[in-house]
Amino acid sequence: MSATHPPRREDSASESSTLESLQARLSPSYLHVFLTFARNSLVRDMSFRMNFILQCCATMSWAAMNFGLFKIIYRHTESIGRGTGWFEDEFFIFLGTIWIINSFIQTFFMANAEEFSELIRTGNLDFALLKPIDTQFLISFPRVNWAQLPNGVLGAILILVSLNNLAADPDRTIYISIWNIFPFMFYVMCGVLVMYSVMIVLASTSIWLGRNQNLYTFWFYVTNFYRYPMEIYQRNGIGMALWATFTFVVPILVVSNVPARVLAQPMGRSWMNWEAGYAVLAAVGSLVASRYVFNLALKSYRSASS
Amino acid sequence: MRFLRLKRLGKWVRAVISDARTWWTFFKISINERLVYRGDFMIGTLMRFLPTLTQIFLWWAIYDVISTAGSADSSGGPDGQIAGYRYGDMVAYYLMVTISRAFSSMPGLTSGIANQIRSGEVKKFLIQPVDMQGCLLMQRIAHKLVYYLIAALPFAFVFYLCGAFFIDGWPVADKLLVFFMSLVLSFALGFYLECTIGLIGFWFLEVTSLTFIYMLMNFLLSGHMFPLELLPEGPVNIRAVVEFLPFKYLAYFPAAVFLGKVEGAAMYQGLVVELIWVVFFIVVSRVLWFRGVKRYSGFGG
Repeated sequence: MSATHPPRREDSASESSTLESLQARLSPSYLHVFLTFARNSLVRDMSFRMNFILQCCATMSWAAMNFGLFKIIYRHTESIGRGTGWFEDEFFIFLGTIWIINSFIQTFFMANAEEFSELIRTGNLDFALLKPIDTQFLISFPRVNWAQLPNGVLGAILILVSLNNLAADPDRTIYISIWNIFPFMFYVMCGVLVMYSVMIVLASTSIWLGRNQNLYTFWFYVTNFYRYPMEIYQRNGIGMALWATFTFVVPILVVSNVPARVLAQPMGRSWMNWEAGYAVLAAVGSLVASRYVFNLALKSYRSASS
Repeated sequence: MRFLRLKRLGKWVRAVISDARTWWTFFKISINERLVYRGDFMIGTLMRFLPTLTQIFLWWAIYDVISTAGSADSSGGPDGQIAGYRYGDMVAYYLMVTISRAFSSMPGLTSGIANQIRSGEVKKFLIQPVDMQGCLLMQRIAHKLVYYLIAALPFAFVFYLCGAFFIDGWPVADKLLVFFMSLVLSFALGFYLECTIGLIGFWFLEVTSLTFIYMLMNFLLSGHMFPLELLPEGPVNIRAVVEFLPFKYLAYFPAAVFLGKVEGAAMYQGLVVELIWVVFFIVVSRVLWFRGVKRYSGFGG
């Protein structure tokens, strides 16, 4: 009797537990999904190997050109800004930091953000919305652009060479230890998060504006401000306004300046100041803000061509 | 006999009129196409000056270091010169380069042509009695005209704000004339140069990397990044090589004429060389087009 008719309460309990296990099975492991994305992208890149190599060369030549520009500038001046401490080697540490952050952004997010605008335009975002996974995650990571990674390696090499030069210079009293790599990487990651947030917000605007084909151009113009030490802006009214805007409203100046200062220590100044603490705050804050904007934008999404 | 000649003349006139009408239609379509995205345009124009803003601060910081302690020249900026450029000249140079670029840059032309070849869209120019380059040229002229119309206001605003950087004021009439002629030629040079690269797509279906290399060369060698005077002349004379290439007419040359960096005979000589480059690329692109069409096999539907 009892075998054929199990108690009702037990029945419902087992039902809910199967539902839970079903949910557990359905909700994907984000790490696993990401690794699959990364592998697929690598397979895709490797199937057009010549194109991949050409792309690597292209990005590296862009970096080389950038390097050349500042080599030329430093033929004419000994530092950028009087008393700022951005002499040649220090500045190349700054430049290397920028390359590393840029290569992270370009490798993991840039192609995806462009694809996101395209998804909105074509109405294919419907498919992303239907999948049982966080939409922001799904649109942020599907394509890993491996060809952009060499730039980060170049940045690391540039930093190492410049640090070596600094260490060999008896006039400079900078404190270099292997342990600096940890705060450096930490602040680089904070910077990447800030840049990712800015990009997500920019990409989200294409839901409202409809057409945002020149996302990359837009991105280039906005990030243009973070390519230089923040000291160059701190001069007159307009400069201070720019500095404040790109520190407190769109915090992209701390992105590059804080990690670069960790290693370069211009004028022997310690990097541990309010900007460093603020960088962490900025990373968390902009991530939250971008999430909010993204969700807000999704609410206004009206599918296309249906 | 006379009647026959008259008839032939009439036919010819009609052909010219119908041709002109075709081009005029293309022109009108392109103008309307551009006016659709007015807002995008205005914002885009102002954005163009953001890099100039950082350049102003970057060069301020640099000139501040090289200037003798605490002194300033008549313009209120730091004194001292880099390769013959005062601080004001340097900023003015970057501003003038944005004007050159407004004429010579052809966003998406190369990749557009290459894509049309790859996707088979180019077939429509083989079937219709319309020339591809002519059509594209009309399109670009229309786009540029609309651009100047809309961009005039933001440009005037920015140049008004930055007036103090132009230390020597307006150049004299003959320089101004050469400046305008070099701008028009730089438009033609940019167009035919990019056409040439795009038409290479007949031979290599994928020209993305070629386009990128061109963009890179253009950025570096046209003087878009810095005045060409800054290039080192030793141990290898890079500057002489760059002076020889056509890229400098896309950005550096008009700006240099306006600022009086190239004067007298050298100015007119430069204009003639620019004209020669334009003719060269017209010829090359025509040859590439006719050769390419011959070996073209239309893929796709």
